[in-house]
Amino acid sequence: MRTGTDRRRRAFLTGATVAALLAATMTTAGPARAADPYITVASTTSTDNSGLFRDILPKFEARTGIGVRVVAVGTGAALKLGAKGDADVVLVHARAAEDRFVADGFGVDRRDVMYNDYVVVGPKDDPAGIEGMTDAAAAFARIAAKGVPFSSRGDDSGTNKKELQLWQAAGIDPKPHSGTWYFETGSGMGATLNTAAGRGTYALSDRATWLAFRNRAGLAIAVEGDRRLFNPYGVMLVNPAKHGHVKVKEARMFMDWLTGPAGQAAIAAFRPGGRQLFFPNAKNATN
Amino acid sequence: MTELSDAFVAAFRLVVSLDPALGEIVLRSLQVSLTAVAAASLVALPLGAALALLRFPGRGALTVLVNAMMGLPPVVVGLVVYLLLSRSGPLGVLGLLFTPAAMIVAQTVLILPIVASLARESSEGLWSEYREQLASFGVGPGRAIGTVLWDGRHALATAVLAGFGRASAEVGAVMIVGGNIDHVTRVMTTAIALETSKGDLALALGLGVVLIVISISVNAAIYGLGRSRRREGA
Repeated sequence: MRTGTDRRRRAFLTGATVAALLAATMTTAGPARAADPYITVASTTSTDNSGLFRDILPKFEARTGIGVRVVAVGTGAALKLGAKGDADVVLVHARAAEDRFVADGFGVDRRDVMYNDYVVVGPKDDPAGIEGMTDAAAAFARIAAKGVPFSSRGDDSGTNKKELQLWQAAGIDPKPHSGTWYFETGSGMGATLNTAAGRGTYALSDRATWLAFRNRAGLAIAVEGDRRLFNPYGVMLVNPAKHGHVKVKEARMFMDWLTGPAGQAAIAAFRPGGRQLFFPNAKNATN
Repeated sequence: MTELSDAFVAAFRLVVSLDPALGEIVLRSLQVSLTAVAAASLVALPLGAALALLRFPGRGALTVLVNAMMGLPPVVVGLVVYLLLSRSGPLGVLGLLFTPAAMIVAQTVLILPIVASLARESSEGLWSEYREQLASFGVGPGRAIGTVLWDGRHALATAVLAGFGRASAEVGAVMIVGGNIDHVTRVMTTAIALETSKGDLALALGLGVVLIVISISVNAAIYGLGRSRRREGA
């Protein structure tokens, strides 16, 4: 056994130095950034995964000096973050759920922002025989009748809600078939498309995520163009009367920009690979 | 298997081009995980030694609890920390959710039991050797814990590395409490999850290769440090 007092002292000093350095890096990288004005936006995987935010947010940040921190989750989860006060702004795509969010007093000042559409994707050899159909509900009915595998988000996202509406329109309850031909992945759009590609199933996807998705394997678009596949996005301010810490001024500046001429032009100008993914449709964009 | 070879090409390209986005994510990963390891070790090492040396009521139960917590699922830790730090939770006023600090808290909770448990294990062995000698010198429990920790430092380095490994490899907790916000809380593991969900498997795996190389480098550095120290001491 060594008592080694000096050595222990030296070790203590080394340890203390390391701790101090770590504390220094923490403070420089943490609160220093937080000192800049920023807002937190709870949004959906489709807007983030497609690269839209990465493209348009720098334009807003450059103009206003306000940072926008995006937490990308499903629409259901994004609305929950807003309801708990963990975001200043919510940007999602499920009109009925958005209206309920406002009616319940969690959000105020809902505005239209943009839209695109959903597509039904599936294996190129089209085992359900739905390719080219323009009635999405009829296509779903045919998938169910043949028991061809279908991958569902199963995560209460906007896409999941839309998919469940389509099953309802087709007069089918897919839940009892969960695990046989109906796979609920409980994951984001990309993860669900990975599942669909891996197992050769059909799936409902927003067009933006589909076009940006890199692992399509044997998948292709089977059904598109149904009026019911319309996919509008709305933005809301988290109710400051419920959550006093909401950064109302900065959040409103963001919402004004997004639904104003500059933001709307930025959305229209986002064309990865030459294709427009989102179509601006804010009501007061022209003035 | 072109994806595997593409992944190595992607990893190589990321490293060789000194991709600034990659550098930022790597630094943040190290900053979060190393801080969590330091914070956890500060508590866990004395706690582990105390569990080995001291006799107090409830010691057995506490030991079982600490051992069981080694298997804490990250996603559960993330959820609990999220509920605590949420604006609607008890610590909401701190405004820590979706910051690196929240990720550090979650990782600290995750690795504390691992470091404490391994520290207890190594301290117990030494304590059976030293016990009578230290008692005959009339050494108090505080100094005894210090001595056992110091003499067991090489084994403890392994305990701390195990904690670092768990922290830097973890994705479930930091995804929930950090939110994977670009330039704010995006770290290696959440970036890998993101690229996987975008279907860019080669880039995702490329990032994975970089993460593994970093992990090996940190371990090699600690190993090398231990060896040179021992040589210097001999």
